[in-house]
Amino acid sequence: MSEAGSVLQDLDKDRSNLIKALQLVQESAGYVSNAALMQISEYFSVAPVEVEGIVSFYAQFKRVKPGKNVISICDGTACHIKGASLISKWITDEIGIRNGETDQDGLFSLQTVACLGCCSLAPVISVNGEVFGNLDRKKLLRVLRQYKKIG
Amino acid sequence: MGSCGLAAGAAQVFDFFRKNIQEIDIIGVGCIGHCYAEPLIEVETENGSVFYENVQPKQEFIDKILRLDDSSRLQFKSKRSDLELIKVTKLAGRINPVSLAEYRQNGGYTALEKALSMKSADIVGEVKISKLRGRGGGGFPTGLKWSFLHAKKSDQKILICNADEGDPGAFMDRSLMESVPHQILEGMLIAAHATGATQLFIYCRAEYPLAIKHLKIAIDQIIENKLNHLNDRQVTIKIKEGAGAFVCGEETAMIHSLEGSRGTPRFRPPYPTDHGFKGYPTLINNVETFANIPIIINEGGKKFASIGTEKSTGTKLFALAGDVKYTGLVEVPMGITIGEIVYEIGGSEKGSIKAVQIGGPSGGCIPSDLFDTRIDYDSLTSLGAIMGSGGLIFIGNNRCMVETARYFLDFTARESCGKCTFCRIGTKRMLECLENITKGYGKPEDLQFLEDLGIKIKKGSLCGLGQTAPNPVLSTLRYYINEYRSHVIDKRCEALICNALVNVFIDKSKCIECGLCRKNCPVDAISEDFVVDNDICTKCNSCIEVCPVNTISRVPRGGTSGQN
Repeated sequence: MSEAGSVLQDLDKDRSNLIKALQLVQESAGYVSNAALMQISEYFSVAPVEVEGIVSFYAQFKRVKPGKNVISICDGTACHIKGASLISKWITDEIGIRNGETDQDGLFSLQTVACLGCCSLAPVISVNGEVFGNLDRKKLLRVLRQYKKIG
Repeated sequence: MGSCGLAAGAAQVFDFFRKNIQEIDIIGVGCIGHCYAEPLIEVETENGSVFYENVQPKQEFIDKILRLDDSSRLQFKSKRSDLELIKVTKLAGRINPVSLAEYRQNGGYTALEKALSMKSADIVGEVKISKLRGRGGGGFPTGLKWSFLHAKKSDQKILICNADEGDPGAFMDRSLMESVPHQILEGMLIAAHATGATQLFIYCRAEYPLAIKHLKIAIDQIIENKLNHLNDRQVTIKIKEGAGAFVCGEETAMIHSLEGSRGTPRFRPPYPTDHGFKGYPTLINNVETFANIPIIINEGGKKFASIGTEKSTGTKLFALAGDVKYTGLVEVPMGITIGEIVYEIGGSEKGSIKAVQIGGPSGGCIPSDLFDTRIDYDSLTSLGAIMGSGGLIFIGNNRCMVETARYFLDFTARESCGKCTFCRIGTKRMLECLENITKGYGKPEDLQFLEDLGIKIKKGSLCGLGQTAPNPVLSTLRYYINEYRSHVIDKRCEALICNALVNVFIDKSKCIECGLCRKNCPVDAISEDFVVDNDICTKCNSCIEVCPVNTISRVPRGGTSGQN
């Protein structure tokens, strides 16, 4: 059985678990593939088009495979005021991808998120869930180069 | 060790101290609200508590702390402690968040015990007497909402805790969930007893992993200790993770999302208390609202109502962020003035703050000359803002209000679920108009257009998102019309924020020609004789950041330099 199978079997077939199923798939595979989407559609007896509608509605779900390191730029109010747009520019200059893109080697994905909830450390980014705060250009580049080095 | 503390490096400090100090107990606690000083250590001594700020995992810090060194202690520089009134956050940062025993030692679950000995109608009555209003922003009287569900006859009744704190700039609920998960759950269990609810849900945004983890542990402890047994019946408690949609904070949208659908709101009535989750009567309250309940039951509704103003009782949590010296979380009585929070708690200097933005993307900007306004639900609404959930973003004098309004519209336009035409297309059109203004293409008649459309979007939208989305624009138009005018008429951004209206300029009289700016420019916009080609320059500020003699600056386009 493919990716969705193993996570589905523990779930009750009640429709209210559909979003949970998508979250589990995304957690294990990093994105929702066509195959996984079809399996979920079948499992809950919900039309594929409706599952697709749910996937596209919620910002959490990705339909393409993300890079190894996912960089999230916080663009919440506090971070925005403290220069999130500059942070975004500097990242683009350093690794050559824009918001929503993944680089060719599959090493980095870049996304902008609404708020990481660490407003008092603004501006912040998170890389694979680890938060880096009070960033200026120097600090940011140090973080990025560290991840580049590790690969 | 809340999210803020961990991001500042609290985990490393904790491990280092654990490893190197044997003789003293070290415990990880939740948030005490002084985020600016993270990582923060509190030492309990015989003579009271001492705090150490910005601690690092180094031996010198251990030495200092062990001899209770005075010099590096956290000095409470603002009058914060005089103005605060700690009720809801009393245990936050004082106990281990995931220890049921510690919560109990500090009076936890006594309110539930008391409630179980009371008649359900009396509990609802007590909450009514307290005049508690919903802390999620709307301000609907909590007791009244409870009485609706209480009166319903149904074999299943649903209780949902709204923990989908989506407002950028707000982190009160996150902090409560991370620091005192049991207090929220106790409030929910009391509500379940009072209203007859059978199934309890917490709808928490997935971006709060630590909060979810703590709640899960707390729920397991509740089940294990049979605290979910309410006299002769049992209730279920489940966590549902949101999937990243701001609109799901709206109650009907949240119910759709819980049911496994797109989170679009629907027309009310019927209200959720009549027809909610899977058709059952459903009650939705916010995290902070539930956290207030144990206090009301323990101390009585009357005492609660004596705090704050007549119509807005109790205390409120605010998250301070933006251009503020002491960022963090504060709990203050309702009726405190905005100025007291800005200057005395936040530590901002008079004249350095242009406005505060209250209520997130649904709220409005309140200018500094109205800082005498008291914070209660009704005064804020009359100023064109809303209480919202409690995010307070400080906007310094060097910020552009047009760009700030554009930012909020960009957020709501993206988060609009698309159901109502005015919200879906209207916010998009307003955003385009604001983008044009910040790019220097604005026309004077745009300002009238923004106002007209803003009013129409408010009227033509079903849910709170659309009804409040234009607020940031309308309130800045109301108080900062001059900034808009200078953008559209003179094509100037006084705050030098809007890139299209700004040039980067090197003052050659002070330049030492070190070449760092040229080296760091990503687009090679600086010539060999240190002149910026502003047609190429992306205004990324890299050169400004690296210049050792601070000779590079942003100037109004076509202003000062005359060079380009």
